[in-house]
Formats: sequence, structure tokens, C-alpha cells
Amino acid sequence: MARSRQNPGRFLVLLVPYLWLGFFFLAPFLIVLKISLSHDVIAQPPYAPLLDLTQGWQGLKNFFSQLDFSNYALLASDTLYLDSYLQSLRIAAVSTLILLIVGYPIAYAMARAPERLRALLVMAVILPFWTSFLIRIYAWMGILSRGGFLSQLLLYLGLIDQPVEILYTNAAVYIGIVYSYLPFMVLPLYATLEKMDHALLEAASDLGARPIAAFWRVTFPLSLPGVIAGSLLCFIPAVGEFIIPDLMGGSETLMIGKTLWTEFSVNRSWTVSSAVAVVLLAVLIAPILIYQRAEVRSLEAR
Amino acid sequence: MSLATKTPKSLGALRRTFAPWSDPASRPLIRFEKITKRFGDVTAISELSLDIYEREFFALLGPSGCGKTTLMRLVAGFEEPDEGRVLLAGEDLAGVPPHRRPVNMMFQSYALFPHMNVWNNVAFGLKQEGLARAEIAARVEDMLQLVDLAGYERRKSDQLSGGQRQRVALARALVKRPRVLLLDEPLAALDKKLREETQLELMHLQQKLGTTFVIVTHDQEEAMTMADRIAVMEGGRLVQVAAPAEIYEQPNCRYVAAFVGDVNLIEAKVAAIAGSETALVSGSFPSTIRVGQRVDARAGDTVWLALRPEKMRISLAAPAEANANAAQGVVHDIAYLGDFSIYHVRLADGTLLRAAQPNLTRLVERPIGWDDKVYLSWMPDAGVVLSR
Repeated sequence: MARSRQNPGRFLVLLVPYLWLGFFFLAPFLIVLKISLSHDVIAQPPYAPLLDLTQGWQGLKNFFSQLDFSNYALLASDTLYLDSYLQSLRIAAVSTLILLIVGYPIAYAMARAPERLRALLVMAVILPFWTSFLIRIYAWMGILSRGGFLSQLLLYLGLIDQPVEILYTNAAVYIGIVYSYLPFMVLPLYATLEKMDHALLEAASDLGARPIAAFWRVTFPLSLPGVIAGSLLCFIPAVGEFIIPDLMGGSETLMIGKTLWTEFSVNRSWTVSSAVAVVLLAVLIAPILIYQRAEVRSLEAR
Repeated sequence: MSLATKTPKSLGALRRTFAPWSDPASRPLIRFEKITKRFGDVTAISELSLDIYEREFFALLGPSGCGKTTLMRLVAGFEEPDEGRVLLAGEDLAGVPPHRRPVNMMFQSYALFPHMNVWNNVAFGLKQEGLARAEIAARVEDMLQLVDLAGYERRKSDQLSGGQRQRVALARALVKRPRVLLLDEPLAALDKKLREETQLELMHLQQKLGTTFVIVTHDQEEAMTMADRIAVMEGGRLVQVAAPAEIYEQPNCRYVAAFVGDVNLIEAKVAAIAGSETALVSGSFPSTIRVGQRVDARAGDTVWLALRPEKMRISLAAPAEANANAAQGVVHDIAYLGDFSIYHVRLADGTLLRAAQPNLTRLVERPIGWDDKVYLSWMPDAGVVLSR
């Protein structure tokens, strides 16, 4: 602290991000946490108790005495919520795996491409972001719907004899997530693969490793920071994904983002939806911590 | 098996008698046959032929871009020749991928696997061969002992010093027991003192193991110290292939003379050839220069006299020897190196010659100083006449 007194500018620079996080992350989270511990009432806002600071200490005591964990008890008692969480985690995990399988070869090919082509390829990966996310999802709905492009193509090729509808199934949700999140997987993978020393692969080959062995023993282990970063960048938002399961999923699709939205807008229960959000955050903190540890390790390794 | 009992003679005694290249009966281990290699428009190697023999310590010496690394990569299998053949023990290596070639390479950057510790780095190649665990462990341990790295098995490469990393790289390549060990600028990353120690260690190791070493270097001292033979390269061609002393004392052209060591090159014309002596005339010198060498040239041809600075004498008085060549000049510069001093002497016509003198006394005041009038002298057999 002695140093920050000597140099107040340094302290101010550090203060800015903390203030930002305090105002826009910690404070809203505390409000959501508070609402999750309240109970529903028909009023405006539709929950109680309200914090009334004009009554001083007594008001504060009253407020805290009325908070309880009933919403969390509800989440635990109704399997709908547990199923939503589990299915969200499963869909996110499977999507992340597919993303890894699809994204790794893309990133690998980009990293091995001639140097002058690489910037162009990175642009090509980012290019879809220049179109609205919603428009791209609607385009996929057009492709996957009954009588859509995919169905017509399969009919034309004679692979099916009835129009199929992929839209409004979990398969559609997977397609939507994999398509939308692919750049988040490819870019971190590309970053680690691109900076990898080519001499390491030559050394592996020189020491008698066939190309496949060289990949699994050298390239892949060294790209693990990218694999972890890409996986978490896809997995974490995919768990809470709302738009894709809402627009492309069917009745079988039970994702927590959708459940939360239903709770909030249809059931108008701010308290239960807040509890859903708090639990979701708690569930996701684990992978975020893993991500941070991996990040620290890769920084140390540099 | 003790390696010491296998080498009863001293290193010098063994090296003095080792010369398979002058024995017509010996067959080369590596043979380059009219190799040409191009990268796009650039010809890296053109029509190069070279034989390297079993147990030889062979140095490829040249400036960067001369094709020496490409030549080595052709043996390792990272490049394929556009024309010509590379033969290893009589077998054409064309189409054999690097992982199936019985040669190993020590990379300039060492290319140690950063995610593996020392033990796993060294064991990597043996695991690829599918050897039994016990044998891998035994060979890795032996090798780490040999390069003096026992006790460092669990360290990762970023926890090692430069010299230790160099030895891991060496152990990792040697543990495969290759027919040929290729070393790409193996000592470039080490500081001078460590480099000199490592040079001797490498020589002893090579002698102990009997492996053929091919080293790529741009450092002529390194090549001179370690190699049995040196190939001096320029622009994708071999300029001279010979033992270090021959390269230094009998360079076959101005390029080799200037690249290996320091040299004064004096342009001259052949005046007369008589018996085993040649007389040269040069505008820089008032009298003819006598050379104790028969020159393959005719009178009137332009040649160059290559004179090593350490083979010239510098004195304040005229040289006493009757047959010495001499020139008078003024000391223009003195480079004091501690063991030697290099005197830059300007002749009457402006030519600068360098003469090196060992500093045999501890006098701080040297008898010869700046602007002194001095004599440079050298014996007829001190210089070598080059026709190209």
C-alpha cells in the first residue's frame, strides 16, 4: 500500500476495473441474490420483503428475518429444474465435444496454411459475426424446417422419401450451438497451434514418431491450453444458452435458460427465476475456476 | 562395459591415424551424388557430391545461406533432393520418411518437448521403437550418466540452463544409437567458455561411441577444433573438403583463405617460375616476392598471395635473414588482444597488411607503437599462392 500512496495514479488505474466489476457485476448479483431469497407477492415489484432503509436498524432486521430459502427448496423438490440443469449441462458438454472435433482440424489447417493466407482465414472465421446472430439462426431454421433446404436436398438425392423436419429437436439445438460457437473454439485453438515451434514436430519425427504418434504425443498436449480455453468459452455460455433452444429446440428441449425465461415471463416469478440464475452461476463457477487455473499455468509456462 | 577400456590410445593418437577418405578401399557411410535442391527460384544446393565416412567427425562450414543446413536436412529426411541421390551405407534414402531413417538430429533450438521432463524427452525416441520398459529405463539412465545429467530426470526444459538443455538434446538424439548424428549449430546458443568445454566433450563422446558426427556450423574455430574433415561451402557448392590443418595452411582459393582465419591477400603477377620457387611482382612491394612453392600458372598470370598475420614478423630493424621477404611501412593501428597484438601496417602505396605478434613479455609499453616505421618480413614458405 506504501507504493500506491507514492503513486496515486497506479491506485486509480487499479480502481477502475474494480469499480466496474462492483457496479455492473457484484451489485446486480447481490440484488438477484436478494430477490432469490424473497417470496412472490402480487404487487409492484412482485416480491417481498422490500428493503426500507428509512426505518433504520429495525427495518434492516425485519428485512433479513423475512428472507428464506423456500425458492431453493422448490428447485430441489421439482425435478423440472434438476432435469433442466442436467440437460443443459449435457447439451453444452456434447456441443463442446462436437465443437472440438470440428474446430480442431479447422484451426490446425489454418495454423499450417501459408503465412500470407492465415490473416484471410482468420477473417473468414470471424466473418459470420458481421451478420446478426438472430438472422443467422432464422436462416438455419429455414434450412432445417420441414420442406426446408436440407429436406429438399436429401429428397433430391434420394436419401429420404418423406420430407424430414430436424427443426424443433435437440439435433437442431446441437447444430445451432455448434454453428454459432465455432469461432470461439477455433480462435483459441488457432492461437496455440500457430505459435507452436515446427521444429518440435520435426524432432518427434526425427526420433521415430510416425505422424499420428507425433500429433498425439507432441502437438495435442502442447495445444491443451487452447483446447481448455476454447472448450470453456463454448461450454459456459452454451449451458445458459436461451435463444437457440427457444427458437430451434422442441418440447423435448429442456434447457435452463429457457426454463428461467418461462419462470420469469410466463409465471412472472422473479424470485424463482432469480434462484435459478444463482444456482446456474454456482454451477458455472467450477469450470470458470478451471479456466483461470489453466490460464495462470499457461502464463507461467511462457 | 567400460568405455574407457575401448579407447586405450589418446584422442590425438587415434585421430592422427584416422583418414578413411584417403583409403580407396573404404566405402562411405553417407554419399551425396550430384545433389541439387531448389526452393522456388532459389537454388540452395547445386550438383554437390560428397562422401562422409564411418566414425568421421565431419563439419559443414559456411556462412548462413550457403546450403549447409539444407544438406544436413537432406540426410535427416526433412527435405528431398530435386536431383541426385543421398545414399546411407549404400542404400538410396529417397522416399524414406524421417521417422524411418537411422539418423538423428540435434536441433539448433534443441527442440526439447516443453511438456515433458528430461527423462521423458530422452525416452521419447526409444518409446517410439516399442522397446521394453526396462530396456528404455536402462538406456535413458546410461545416456543421462554419459552427458552428466543424472539427477535432473524430473526437471522440465524451462528449469534447465542453456548448457544442460544442450546436453538433453544431445542425449535424446544419441540414445537412439543412430548411424549418423547430425548436429545443427549445436553450440551457437552457449557462451564462449562453455562452448570451448563442450567442443572437447563432444569430441571425446564421439570417439567413445564411434558414431559418425556431421556438424553444421558457421564458426570456423568450432569446425577446426572438432572435425576430422571440414567442407567449406559457398552458394550451394563445396569449395574445399580437407582436414582442418590443410584447410588453414593450404586453402585452395581466396574464399577459403579469407573465411577460415585471418589473412592478408596480396594481388600479384607471376614473374618467374624456377624449380620449386616462384617469384611474384606486386605494385605494393619494391622487390620481387619469393615463394617456396611451385605455382600452377604461367609467367604474367595474376595470382594472390595469402599470408596469415601470425606468419609475418614485425620489427623496427631490417630483417637479418637473407632469404626473407620484407616490406617497409608505418604502423597504422594496433589491436591489443592480450595474448596477441595485431599490427595494421600501411605500406608506401597505401596497402594495409596485418601482422600478429605474440606478447611474450609483460611490458605494458610495447616496443612498437603507432606511427613507427617498421619492417614486415616473412619467409618464402610462409605464404600460399592462390590462382582463384
